[in-house]
Amino acid sequence: MIKAHWVAVCMAVGGLIASLPAMAAEQAGMIKVSMGLVNIERDGKKLAAEVGTPVLVADRIRTAADGSVGVTLRDNTLLSAGPNSLIIIDRFAFDNTTQDGNMSVSIRKGTLSVASGKIAKRTPESVDFHTPTSVLGVRGTEFIIEVLGGSDE
Amino acid sequence: MNKTILCVALAGSLVLTACTTERVVLLPSADGGQSGVVVRDPAGEVLLNQPYAAVKRRLDSNVGYQSSPEEVKERYANVLAAQPARPRSYVLYFEAGGNILTQESKAALVNIRKEIAERAASEVMVIGHTDRVGSVEGNDKLSLQRAEGLRDLLIESGISAEKMEAVGRGERDPLVPTADEVDEPKNRRVEINVR
Repeated sequence: MIKAHWVAVCMAVGGLIASLPAMAAEQAGMIKVSMGLVNIERDGKKLAAEVGTPVLVADRIRTAADGSVGVTLRDNTLLSAGPNSLIIIDRFAFDNTTQDGNMSVSIRKGTLSVASGKIAKRTPESVDFHTPTSVLGVRGTEFIIEVLGGSDE
Repeated sequence: MNKTILCVALAGSLVLTACTTERVVLLPSADGGQSGVVVRDPAGEVLLNQPYAAVKRRLDSNVGYQSSPEEVKERYANVLAAQPARPRSYVLYFEAGGNILTQESKAALVNIRKEIAERAASEVMVIGHTDRVGSVEGNDKLSLQRAEGLRDLLIESGISAEKMEAVGRGERDPLVPTADEVDEPKNRRVEINVR
């Protein structure tokens, strides 16, 4: 009986792990502005972040010294990053019909501007931004985060 | 043993963060609404809730100050110049009980097509709504039909189907709140959100 139980648990965990790559591929938004050198790092590969490129959950968006980038997420959140920045889309989910969702975005270094969207309007508690030393919660809002001397990873 | 690991981990994170300086500046919101940001760290939290309220953070220090449009322009011109265009919503209205657009709304479609064509990498969300006449389920169906009908109209006019998504919100999101079974033309609408 106990054995059968563990097999079920293992299968459930196995199934969860197997479904992870599919979850990571969910589209969070799209590149709308791209100036200078901007890359998206996805599954260990580097892609040019041209205007019109989809942005997926788990993408790392990196700008060079001459680069800046603008992304609109599916809930109408606007993000932009200035030069020498590293931004990571840690989590994003949004249901168009119910308008439920959640998002979490990290800035490891550089500058990030945010104009929050529909998720923050409906459920502000399910939106957060992470810097190397703090967590920001939003209340329907526009702001800038700057991280000087942050990490490259 | 556990303590040692904790200390090593803590020391590691201190070294990592010792040289970073962070700044958060609250901007006035574009729609003039109330806004705010809460910055939390292990020491506590700081609330910014006035335009240009700012905090400068270093290890062991959190200094609040009042930033200004000038400072934002000087420090953050690059990042703000890269902000995508604001999404824009258009509302189109229907004749009672079906999916025929009113005359004014047919005319407004011209502007919408233009906006979709002009934006870089534009995406369009077509959101259908109904009034409260009829059942919830029936209205879910009708609102989706309205949205899909409009999406098809936009496709016919040459806009790529790939950039469009149609959604029905039924009677959940009335523009004018009413009692059930009230015929309210303002609630029979489709919102077209271009981003």
